[in-house]
Amino acid sequence: MKKLSFLMIVFVLLLGMVSVTVAQDGMMTEIGPGEGQVDIVAWPGYIERGETDANFDWVTSFEAETGCAVNVKTAATSDEMVALMNEGLFDLVTASGDASLRLIYGGRVQAINPDLIPSWSTVDERLQSAPWHTVDVDGDGTVEHYGTPYQWGPNVLMYNTEVFPEAPTSWSVVFEEQTLPDGESNVGRVQAYDGPIHIADAAQYLMYHNPDLGITDPYSLDRDQFNAALDLLRQQRNLVARYWHDAFVQINDFKTEGIVASGSWPFQVNLLKAEGQPIASTVPVEGATGWADTTMMHVNAPHPNCAYMWLEHSLSPKVQGDLAAWFGSVPAVPAACTGNELLTDEGCATNGFEDFEKIRFWRTPTAECGDDRGAVCVPYYEWVTSYIAVIGGR
Amino acid sequence: MSSMPAAPPPTLLRRISTFFFTRPNLSLGLTLALPVLWLGIFYLGALATLLIQSFFRLDGFTGRIIRQFGLQTYQELLLPSNLDIIWRTTIMAAAVTVTCALIAFPLAYYVARYAPYRVKAILYLAVLVPLWSSYLVRVYTWKIILAQEGIISWVVNTLGLGGLLDAVLGIEGIGGPSLSFSLIGTFLVFVYIWLPYMILPINAALERVPKSLVEASADLGAPPGYTFRHVILPLAFPGVVAGSIFTFSLTLGDYIIPGVIGNSSFFIGQVVFAQQGTAGNIPLAAAFTVVPMLIMGVYLMVAKRMGAFDAL
Repeated sequence: MKKLSFLMIVFVLLLGMVSVTVAQDGMMTEIGPGEGQVDIVAWPGYIERGETDANFDWVTSFEAETGCAVNVKTAATSDEMVALMNEGLFDLVTASGDASLRLIYGGRVQAINPDLIPSWSTVDERLQSAPWHTVDVDGDGTVEHYGTPYQWGPNVLMYNTEVFPEAPTSWSVVFEEQTLPDGESNVGRVQAYDGPIHIADAAQYLMYHNPDLGITDPYSLDRDQFNAALDLLRQQRNLVARYWHDAFVQINDFKTEGIVASGSWPFQVNLLKAEGQPIASTVPVEGATGWADTTMMHVNAPHPNCAYMWLEHSLSPKVQGDLAAWFGSVPAVPAACTGNELLTDEGCATNGFEDFEKIRFWRTPTAECGDDRGAVCVPYYEWVTSYIAVIGGR
Repeated sequence: MSSMPAAPPPTLLRRISTFFFTRPNLSLGLTLALPVLWLGIFYLGALATLLIQSFFRLDGFTGRIIRQFGLQTYQELLLPSNLDIIWRTTIMAAAVTVTCALIAFPLAYYVARYAPYRVKAILYLAVLVPLWSSYLVRVYTWKIILAQEGIISWVVNTLGLGGLLDAVLGIEGIGGPSLSFSLIGTFLVFVYIWLPYMILPINAALERVPKSLVEASADLGAPPGYTFRHVILPLAFPGVVAGSIFTFSLTLGDYIIPGVIGNSSFFIGQVVFAQQGTAGNIPLAAAFTVVPMLIMGVYLMVAKRMGAFDAL
């Protein structure tokens, strides 16, 4: 047994080395017969087989049609997803934009061949070549697609309707000390996300209120812009008693801790509303950050044929619409917005379909700014250290 | 009738037994091989890897790990914001340990020396049962108990002592808008969660203090306080140290409690988690892990100096 586990460690290490060296090669050109199973790393609630609610099932039919049994490993954070994919042994992952570039540049996922996915053409044109999964890694001048878009949504401003009779128009309620409509200060009554990616929210706020900084992309911040965002966050530290990182803890904070406004996800808003709490959400004038998830394929996927079949299946309007209704997200395939019973024809608009232009999607910050500034931007690992320092009161 | 029967040929089992009996080193080696390998590879090997990793560093430009020995990561570890985290965690661990000892000792003393048999059994159960339930459930329950609209503030406000609670929560640095949003809350939950690990070793140590010594001390005219200070306490002290090692090191490493309760300031465990998972900065995560190891090393040395292990 011990020898076995030792061998497994050696094997995994070797696999890791190999996967780095062959990362760019081997895009498939045809789909063979299925291998009988496909292993997917996904967000909780992203791949449902009717076990939670019989109406929400987009796995059973796939298994019956293709003979590929679907195994799902759920992950709670982008970092867990990256870690699981680093281990290997999985075929697919539903990666958000703050994980996708890490996976691509880490050589963990492979470029997919859109020709093998008939529904590729039905994908929302706004997402088809989105920068968080479309990259020219090998530098040969043509870009590759690293996966198929799955779902997207905004990070909304959630607020208590008893305190705000009208929706707040600006994110300033969580960034600047002020008196709220109920006559009391916002100190200690607002929250912010405790992930380093929240620095981008601050940058987006500055983009609108302090144009002199010249921020064009909240995920590509040079040193001055980054420091300005940190200053704003230090100011926010005085307003925020506790940052949130767990959706259910945040729900609890809105109910029992007197929290009245915070950046949040439609998921929490929907759950609180369903409980009859006085909660609503809005996208203020500055716009919002958001997430857009991509189903990506491991560079050494053990079941590539079944994986391609799932990629095709994941883009069908039925799956897309049902999932959007279940998760409170927006489908990557616009055709899913009409005629879906669970989502209803208003569902897409409710979940933010029209807000696409106002949303700046999560993307892993890299030293390379991606524009003519060159490689002067602050990379993600510094975002982590700096945000820890800000929360610690530095 | 008179001839002795020939000795039966030795069975296979007996021959194997003889084989090992005549080669004691071989049997010892075989018995110990597996545990020693386990200890060597999975404990010491892992620690060595960790130590090596902490001397590597992250390339600021590519975000990849550079596998060259150097002290840059340790320089980064000594930045003021990181020192804050180390101090915060160490002070919290020390405060939790002292408080646990102060609460645990009288309780363990009562259980060991005064409690009737039945009461003793009930008290043991009361200490142990919480350990059988899920740690996460207990932590999240405390989140609700300590909430602004939770039972503690309700009781305090009903008694008309709301001003007192506000005054406590107004203390700069450790206060906050509610107990669950302040370091005071983190402290309370740490004390609650780790208290059994302090009670049990102290109790075991007190149980072993011979009654005859206490009686002899009394016979020689020592007042109870004197007996306590000069007979019972020195004999029970190794138990306190054993308990403190538990509470101190567990607090140093925990990353769940400060993640659920407190003012979001980071503790060492959380930074390790964030650096290795979120940032991919494994060298810094490893360097951060070396800190509690050093602190515990110093702690154990001081404890040894004070004679805490003499009774072992």
